[in-house]
Amino acid sequence: MSRRPVEAPRATALAAFAGLLLRDLRVVTNERGRFLLRTLSQPLLLVFVFTYVFPKIGQGFRAPAGDESFTTVLVPGVIAIAVLIKGIQAVALPLVQEFGYTSEIEDRVMAPLPVWAVAVEKIVAGAVQGLIAALLVFPIAAVVPAEPAALQISWPALVVVGLLAPFAASALGLALGTMVEPNQVPLMFSVVILPITFLGATYYPWARLDAIPWLQAVTLLNPLVYMAEGYRMALTPQIGHMPGVAIYAALVAFPVGMGVLGVRGFRQRVLS
Amino acid sequence: MTGSAAAVDRRATAIEHRIATEGLTKVYPGGLRAVDGLDLRVRGGEIFGLLGPNGAGKTTTIGMLTTRVVPTGGVALVDGIDVSADPVAVKRRIGVVPQTNTLDRSLSVRENLLFHCRYFGMSGSQARARADELLGRFRLAERGDAKVETLSGGMAQRLMVARALAHAPAVLFLDEPTTGLDPQSRLALWELLGELHAEGQTILLTTHAMDEADRLCERVAIMDAGRILALGSPSELKRSLEAETIVTMQADGDLEVLAAALGDVPGVTSTDVHDGAVRAFAGRVAGLLPRLVLRAERAGTTVTDVSVTEPTLETVFIALTGKDLRE
Repeated sequence: MSRRPVEAPRATALAAFAGLLLRDLRVVTNERGRFLLRTLSQPLLLVFVFTYVFPKIGQGFRAPAGDESFTTVLVPGVIAIAVLIKGIQAVALPLVQEFGYTSEIEDRVMAPLPVWAVAVEKIVAGAVQGLIAALLVFPIAAVVPAEPAALQISWPALVVVGLLAPFAASALGLALGTMVEPNQVPLMFSVVILPITFLGATYYPWARLDAIPWLQAVTLLNPLVYMAEGYRMALTPQIGHMPGVAIYAALVAFPVGMGVLGVRGFRQRVLS
Repeated sequence: MTGSAAAVDRRATAIEHRIATEGLTKVYPGGLRAVDGLDLRVRGGEIFGLLGPNGAGKTTTIGMLTTRVVPTGGVALVDGIDVSADPVAVKRRIGVVPQTNTLDRSLSVRENLLFHCRYFGMSGSQARARADELLGRFRLAERGDAKVETLSGGMAQRLMVARALAHAPAVLFLDEPTTGLDPQSRLALWELLGELHAEGQTILLTTHAMDEADRLCERVAIMDAGRILALGSPSELKRSLEAETIVTMQADGDLEVLAAALGDVPGVTSTDVHDGAVRAFAGRVAGLLPRLVLRAERAGTTVTDVSVTEPTLETVFIALTGKDLRE
């Protein structure tokens, strides 16, 4: 073996970024069974219990407007939850491990690109997985419920929300992944993830919270509210949703804000 | 270093030295001065060792040279490039084997090499060819599809070295490469590093094992408390003790008195008390041993054991710092 056997003329930051992205997607395909299970179990159970079991046993939720079924209210929320959880699973949890006991991150950071770009790659890879998660939930929503969801799809809104929401989830995952120590993961679920998912306007449109004004105000800090309202605007606009401007603004501001926080946290963890 | 003088110096060092530092310093927040004004030159093709106890600043030094630790003072050039000014260009030119296992546990052995090659800009087919070549050379071909968790310590270490070399780096860094390896894997790694050195690979490694530094390295910098105490080839460093023989004497009685007494014996250059014994550093003098024992008994002590050794890097370290490498 000569000392320089392979020339790597394209050793650019862009090639390194693409290589890291390929690696993350290879991990998804290597673990496709586990990926499907992790992605589908919660949406499947939510849809099954609320839109199959409840109607069958005569216990039920009412849709807030007109004759719409609860399925129609729930489906956008379930997609939003699936995307949010994917952001945690795909970015936060692996990062906590890589920073913690495996120190694998040390290797990723030696790739020839700036440290901030390694962090941004994590967001992009997580967003791709979030998009896949959203697409996987559609068949569930179509097949499982006793009463089908009445979708009135607005394609432009769906494309924009469908692309922005995974970035919000993934950026949140990066920020959490750089902040949380391995032994704090259960706490993260109790203190951050559960409140976000339960109070994320997933089981009801946000506007209906006008009956509880303080909760309506507080949940404006919850990114899942904008994700769920966004999917509602794109899929079931007849239910009613926040103004589109607010949704789009939040779905841009949140990923940027969390992204900045996450990249800063990432640099602090990696460089000393 | 400032202005055009720095630029001139930089060009000069880039030609001769793969690694050049001047006054390189790291003070961590909180005030710990981990590396303190390090001046280092590593020539192309050289295998260079940083030897010192834990906490000497070796890992921080490697951290700065590999862009992971941000220097708080001084300059460090790797392959002529300033690590602070252009860390990405430095990363392109270095391969790093860190202290801990940082293999990608989500990928197979082959995929570890494959994706590393992709990070460094190779096409899919280039990366596959390179990964296969490395698997063969590092005797990992049969384990190509294995998960990295299933590798033994020695195999994991070989894979880490293979990965670090995959993009043909100008400098290979290894941080405590044999710590935690079984003796056989340790010898195998020494052999491998010897081969790489013979091929002209520039290597910088850290170690706290003096036999490792002695056997592997062309030049060694002995570090303690963030500073270089001595720098040279292992034989130069050992010669610097001005002793060809070290007589270690255990005896009943006052060892300080014994040390002083032995110091009078012709041929002895110095003595000290270390680890419950008196050591006499001496040139190669005929009849030294009987004279030392005779002198010891005349000083009123009873000699219980005598051993004669040649100086090692460890004795150099002890002579320089007054403490043991293992402390």
